[in-house]
Amino acid sequence: MSKDATVLHVDDVHKSFGGLAALSEINLEVKSGTTHAIIGPNGAGKSTLLNVCIGRIAPDTGAVVFDGSVITGKQPYEINQLGVVRVFQTPEIFPDLTILQNVMVPAFAKRDGAFRLNAMQRLSGQREIREEAEHWLADVGLGGKNDLVAASLSRGDKRRLELAMGLVQHPRLFLLDEPTAGMSRHDTNATIDLLMKIKERGMTKVIIEHDMHVVFSLADRITVLAQGQIIADGTPEEVRGNPKVQEAYLGGTH
Amino acid sequence: MDATTLRNDLVYMAIFTLAVLTMPFWLDPFGANYPDLLQRFAIYGIFAIGFNILFGFTGYLSFGHAAFLGVGSYAAVWSFKLLSMNAIPAIVFGTVAAGLFSVVIGYVCLRRAGIYFAILTLAFAQMSYNLAYSVLTPITNGETGLQLSLQDPRILDRVFGAPETGGLPFPVFLGYELNGYPGFYFCAVLLIVAFFVSLRISRSPFGMALRAIKSNQTRMGYTGFSTRPYTLASFVISGMYAGLAGALLAVTDPLAGAERMQWTASGEVVLMTILGGAGTLVGPIIGAGVIKYFENIFSAFHEARLHEVFAFLPDGLEDVLVTITRPFVGEGWHLTLGVIFMLIVIFLPGGLMEGVRRVRSAIGRSSSGHDPSGRSEEQAKLHPAE
Repeated sequence: MSKDATVLHVDDVHKSFGGLAALSEINLEVKSGTTHAIIGPNGAGKSTLLNVCIGRIAPDTGAVVFDGSVITGKQPYEINQLGVVRVFQTPEIFPDLTILQNVMVPAFAKRDGAFRLNAMQRLSGQREIREEAEHWLADVGLGGKNDLVAASLSRGDKRRLELAMGLVQHPRLFLLDEPTAGMSRHDTNATIDLLMKIKERGMTKVIIEHDMHVVFSLADRITVLAQGQIIADGTPEEVRGNPKVQEAYLGGTH
Repeated sequence: MDATTLRNDLVYMAIFTLAVLTMPFWLDPFGANYPDLLQRFAIYGIFAIGFNILFGFTGYLSFGHAAFLGVGSYAAVWSFKLLSMNAIPAIVFGTVAAGLFSVVIGYVCLRRAGIYFAILTLAFAQMSYNLAYSVLTPITNGETGLQLSLQDPRILDRVFGAPETGGLPFPVFLGYELNGYPGFYFCAVLLIVAFFVSLRISRSPFGMALRAIKSNQTRMGYTGFSTRPYTLASFVISGMYAGLAGALLAVTDPLAGAERMQWTASGEVVLMTILGGAGTLVGPIIGAGVIKYFENIFSAFHEARLHEVFAFLPDGLEDVLVTITRPFVGEGWHLTLGVIFMLIVIFLPGGLMEGVRRVRSAIGRSSSGHDPSGRSEEQAKLHPAE
């Protein structure tokens, strides 16, 4: 894949909920290896857009193309198996499993596919999967807590756990919905460092974020959404200087 | 992870095997050492282990598992009638028939989860129960129940020239008639095998996927798992366990009736699993044992027996105690069971196994004074049920 290849192409997507247009005329291209930030005020349709990308919500019209093939209409698990992995805004984990198991489960999905009846294999014999999971847990700062039940984690730690659950799948496209919300400044900076490190390995990311510090540290390109429409799209400098953005979003918060 | 090492599992299996095989000895003081009841402990133990794979591991509450128990029984009796009095074809036939039946029912019911799934399975089971009494009479022999007769073809037995007994034959294995203690040991060995399979499932990646589905099924989809084949596999495995149990009921007593498929029988296995501890490995077996014990022993207590129990007390007090306890025994055994069930659900939501775990951690704490590593009871409780 060349550096300029388009990994994700959102093609004229419309979606309305009961007459209210949540997304209209959304066109978006995410280039390979880049970090693409989507920003905008609350209710702008950012999370809806990610939901359309992972098959949680079907668009009314338009299509999402991943790596040259249309993924609109596919099941969420099929989209994940193609390499599109998402981290949710409210942490979605397996609360009853241990931290280690939470990361091992997605690692199995990556290695063994959507279904395998491996009921007579021993989990403790799966050394590679376990080591891989431990490696990512250490990377997100949850090392040495393997056997703790995930439900007992703080909200910030659950986010980091979910980050590890995504990273263990080596996503070809990583969709992050406010990965640092609810984290302390210190943890936020640690997460930025981690995301920078992943970026160096060439992983393509789409990131929704409210924290402008995070956005401007990471993004190669920024798309600004307001009321379901794209009002600006460009490099961080272009977006920062755009008067429409200042009015709709940045001006309001700064 | 430490608790799931191979060596620990081997020790676990060894203890379990020993405990099951010595049941006639250690159940003797409880008055439960007679073969019919021991057989029931083992058979309903298998039923509950299988139900636990679906309910305890995967989180799908089925209210129709008695249907598979019934299918297993009918299939086993047909195997006795048509093929042979040997128990092996009967249990294979019973398990496979229930497995096929559960593929169909599971395929339909698993389109929904939670309460809707429970209602769908209940509807299917009641449908099977009513069909067994009406349209399917040629297969089930309706209200009379399916029985052996002297005119049965028993093709394999005829071909291999099995000895004629004169009267009605009884299921056999290696020359032993499977009533009494041989019947119990036959069921006990299968209980051990069934437990071993459930232990292996629980320790496998497949088992972890089932627990993940129970924990957060939606997330499993976004994690790249197609959850339907997992839930269906779990449903069919547990259906086959029920079929095996049903076949064993027929092996130890070769007749099959539709009442075995009634919803009360489906409800009973739910009670067994919750009472013992859903999601734990031995819990459901203990639950099955407790319920069968109450059903058979407690229900046989009568007033005279109560007077004997309290005979060491002064007469007045004796009469008072007998009057108080009278409604809870004999025909009133359901009342005792109900009270125990309520107490457990309220105070030990994890079932009897949670009680065991609490006692163990309390002992652990008092013997070590305080735990220097800071692993308090609270932390221990956060660990998932094993």
